[in-house]
Amino acid sequence: MISSPRPVEPPVGEASAPFWEATRAKRLVVQWCTACERPIFYPREVCPVCLGSSLEWRDSQGRGRIDAFTVEHRPQPSFADEPYVIALVDLADGVRMMTNIVGCRPEEVRVGMEVVVSWEPLTDGRNLAVFGPAPETRAGGAR
Amino acid sequence: MSGPERTLRAASAIVGVADAASPTGELDLHGRALEAAMVKEALDDAGLELSDVDGVCHAESSMAVAEYLGVHPRFTESTMTGGSSFEVHVEHAAAAIAAGLCEVVVGVYAATPRSDRTQGRPSRRRLPAGPNPAAEWEWPFGLRMPMGPYAMAASRHMARFGTTSEQLAQIAVSTREWASRNPRARYQSPLSVKEVLDSPLQCAPLHLLDCCLVTDGAGAFVLTSAARAKDLARPPVYVLGAATAHDHMMISQMPDLCVTPGAVCGPRAFAMAGIAPADVDVLMGYDSFTITALLHLEDLGFCAKGEGGPFVEDGKTGPGGSLPMNTNGGGLSYTHPGMYGMFLLVEAVRQLRGECGSRQVDGAEIAVAHGSGMVLSCMSTTVLGTEATLG
Repeated sequence: MISSPRPVEPPVGEASAPFWEATRAKRLVVQWCTACERPIFYPREVCPVCLGSSLEWRDSQGRGRIDAFTVEHRPQPSFADEPYVIALVDLADGVRMMTNIVGCRPEEVRVGMEVVVSWEPLTDGRNLAVFGPAPETRAGGAR
Repeated sequence: MSGPERTLRAASAIVGVADAASPTGELDLHGRALEAAMVKEALDDAGLELSDVDGVCHAESSMAVAEYLGVHPRFTESTMTGGSSFEVHVEHAAAAIAAGLCEVVVGVYAATPRSDRTQGRPSRRRLPAGPNPAAEWEWPFGLRMPMGPYAMAASRHMARFGTTSEQLAQIAVSTREWASRNPRARYQSPLSVKEVLDSPLQCAPLHLLDCCLVTDGAGAFVLTSAARAKDLARPPVYVLGAATAHDHMMISQMPDLCVTPGAVCGPRAFAMAGIAPADVDVLMGYDSFTITALLHLEDLGFCAKGEGGPFVEDGKTGPGGSLPMNTNGGGLSYTHPGMYGMFLLVEAVRQLRGECGSRQVDGAEIAVAHGSGMVLSCMSTTVLGTEATLG
């Protein structure tokens, strides 16, 4: 298991307060540029395409697909007591984020596997977005 | 040849090199004293004096190093792109020399992580200044640096192209064959694919022997104008092409984990040099991990994207193979003090001068030093050639 609380909790960046506020209600939100009509991750003060600042926050679908992952086989004792999975997940919203894959054994994880968001509490009331196998693909495995 | 894409070709040459490494993994000197020793050795190699130097390159502070050495340069270069910094320095220094900003440039690097630990010296590792998105979006998930990002790239390559752990292991095996011919290499005894696969999984799918060493090491180069290079102590090794590209800092921002920015800068450097992959006699491709070297082979055009696994399978990157790669034993078996790009340049120059003894590639005339920095983030390609390639 990954330790709770985690030894490293994320700071709140200059542009990401709304992201973290939403996690208090276990809502995953993604920043969008309304001029380009494109999603942005990680959150910024300006759009990395047009450098404009007409940005807004929209609810994520909370689901995605594993692009790549690794199993850490030598965990720091302060972080976890057994091997755990770190992955890059391509959200259906069109952005990619790093996360942990939970709710299944590391050997069940595959590139291309569909995953859904779940939440782990941080010590200040925020929650951390982690992902687990999507219910309908749990038995069927990866595509 | 005309056109801006060819402006650096053969304008400058590397005329002196030095490097230090030991089978023990530790060196006696450290810090500025080690850097000064490398500068002296590289200048002696070139037949130049410290007073000839009017340009200084260093990946942390060219100002601090120049002050220590008592040099007052008119060209200064401290670009820090991780392990590819030294190829970037050669590119920038070659451009500065071509533009007449300076004439004799020294680049130097030293790091002693292994003896720092055994001798109880303070670690030199520093956190980046200013806002740090990684602290917010990566560090909470426990990804080990720098191994984790490379393991992710390997997982992606395996899933997309069917690359196997055996194929990655073959890169470590072929590289070890070269190391067995380098008396200063950290590891020189033969290695098998099975031994790589039997070594402990670190960040799966990477095993311990898929990963580079942690050793002390240091090196330096001296670059000067083609005109001045002609009557120095050693045969000039000309800079025929140079190019750099980066497309992310954090692995979670890398556009495609199977394609590095080497796919951009490699072809640009080759075009400047006027060469094709088949012209390369020696490839020094930064091997922080086996997957790193495999990605270089594809991105530089030695094989098609996705075919790196089958390409290396028959051992063609080892001694006697059709593409000698990392002939000093690489970061996997020779030395890896943290930013290995300096050693790519030094070995490439020695191969082109025919100084490599039992690991010499016969008739080597074109060598490529391809540096990789941070987490597959910044690639920089230097194409080097002998006098014979200028015609």
